[in-house]
Amino acid sequence: MTNGTTHAPVIYARNVNKIFKPSGAEPVIALQNINLTVQPGEFISLIGPSGCGKSTLLRLIGDLITPTTGELKVNNKEPHQARLDRDYGMVFQAATLYDWRTVSKNVQLPLEIMGYTPQERKARAQQMLELVELGKFGNHYPYQLSGGMQQRVAIARALAFEPSLLLMDEPFGALDEFTRERMNMELLSIWERTKITVMFVTHSIPEAVFLSNRVVVMSPRPGRITQVVDINLPYPRNFETREDPLFFQKVIEVREYLREAHEVEG
Amino acid sequence: MAEAVQTTRNQSSKTPIGARLRYYLPTILVAVGVLLVWELAVRVLNIQQFLLPKPSAILEAFVNEIRLFVTPGEGSILFQAAGATLWAAFGGFCLGCGAGVLVALITARWTIISEAAMPFAIAANSVPIIAFAPIMNNWFGTTNPASKMAIVAIIVFFPTMINTVRGLTLIDPRQLELMQSYAARPVKILLALRIPNALPYIFSALRVASALSVIGAVVAEFFGGQRAMLGVFITQEAASFNFVRAWTGIIMASIIGLSFYFVMLLLERWLMPWHVAFRNTD
Ligand SMILES: Nc1ncnc2c1ncn2[C@@H]1O[C@H](COP(=O)(O)OP(=O)(O)O)[C@@H](O)[C@H]1O
Ligand SMILES: [Mg+2]
Repeated sequence: MTNGTTHAPVIYARNVNKIFKPSGAEPVIALQNINLTVQPGEFISLIGPSGCGKSTLLRLIGDLITPTTGELKVNNKEPHQARLDRDYGMVFQAATLYDWRTVSKNVQLPLEIMGYTPQERKARAQQMLELVELGKFGNHYPYQLSGGMQQRVAIARALAFEPSLLLMDEPFGALDEFTRERMNMELLSIWERTKITVMFVTHSIPEAVFLSNRVVVMSPRPGRITQVVDINLPYPRNFETREDPLFFQKVIEVREYLREAHEVEG
Repeated sequence: MAEAVQTTRNQSSKTPIGARLRYYLPTILVAVGVLLVWELAVRVLNIQQFLLPKPSAILEAFVNEIRLFVTPGEGSILFQAAGATLWAAFGGFCLGCGAGVLVALITARWTIISEAAMPFAIAANSVPIIAFAPIMNNWFGTTNPASKMAIVAIIVFFPTMINTVRGLTLIDPRQLELMQSYAARPVKILLALRIPNALPYIFSALRVASALSVIGAVVAEFFGGQRAMLGVFITQEAASFNFVRAWTGIIMASIIGLSFYFVMLLLERWLMPWHVAFRNTD
């Protein structure tokens, strides 16, 4: 599963296991024997049915939880150190904006925490909002924005401090198909401009194939990686990509792997 | 009542005056209707004025008090009493709510303490604290306004503290994770997340406390105090069969309670323009 390169990977996971032991319930093997190496600048999608540990894997990488066993490195550091170094930005399925802050102030939140000056914060928030095409909405409150716009604010916020890694947990899961396709294009153009590494969780096979250079197929009980599919479609990708025969072929391939995983499970 | 006011605010924000008037019209009609029925019933059924005075008589007495109050050289005992009661209610409100928020901030800092303290606070909140009024009279002196203020402060302390602790601790776990992902320090999490998250809880407590503080002050005054306090005024006028005057005291207490409540509403609206209850949905 490695690319065989020698320079430091952004994510390096060897035999990572995560077992939840909820009090008064059976232990849950959320992740078993995860091996994954992600190189700088990759766009990786995690796909698999609910409960296969996609969110758990992202949360391990983000040091919001810790592995039960195994070795996990982010930018060649312990995940805890990477978090303290603000190496990654996170986007959840819900935009999780703070209601009481304007859009611009929401984007400034991480910058405030990281000690940027007020001028820097304002300028950078504006720059990020323009990146997600919300330059005119800085003074709005989140409730005045549509779901898609709110999610773009969340992306602007995650990018504001220029992390080298973007962790996205079903960021467009709550959006309609049309908005989702537009957001995909926007995300790809941001990715190409910033050269950031992206770990992207999704339920949608076409979305995973369209965005990624590799798709990681997972299956549940216990959560594990069953396949990694290389998507050798050229970038930049656009609406024509979705009509490319290779695109369909890859969609079918991923779908087959997902079904196999299900059948094995019985 | 809180619910009714909530919907009113939703409907009335930034709508034209005509629409707003139409929205309030049923309320106004009901109020006028009740007063008319009251007036007619007293006249037709020939009810004795010590049982129930006519609203017109109460209004007349009230207007007379206003006249005395604004005339130089004259004085209105009713307005003097209102001032004293307002002072006791407001002072107690500030002390009790201030202490409630402060204690909540301290205990919420250490989850263990707040978890241990909450059951006691909730239990204390169900105790009729007004029953301590005679004790407070004993401690501070019956005619000392501090005895009323103390009762009010204790009454409003518990709901404020309980709600504030809830607001500081009941937080969307993803919002906390976001802070964690930025490696934010606890102080920053308190200032940027916990306190703003608690504001709606605090204001809902302050609204309840504003009403409670006037009730608390008036009832505490029933247990004795200076002549010029609404509770004392009402009991004394009733005892000397001046029921119309007793009713002017009741009206005055209601006006104070309602105004206090609406000041809280306005403050809430001003400080939390983002809050869900004030959003324009149209
Ligand atoms: N904090 C937790 N405590 C107990 N079990 C958990 C916890 N978080 C996740 N799980 C379990 O781990 C498994 C994987 O969950 P998750 O990573 O959320 O899956 P996905 O994101 O792929 O839907 C599920 O069975 C879930 O119930
Ligand atoms: Mg998930």
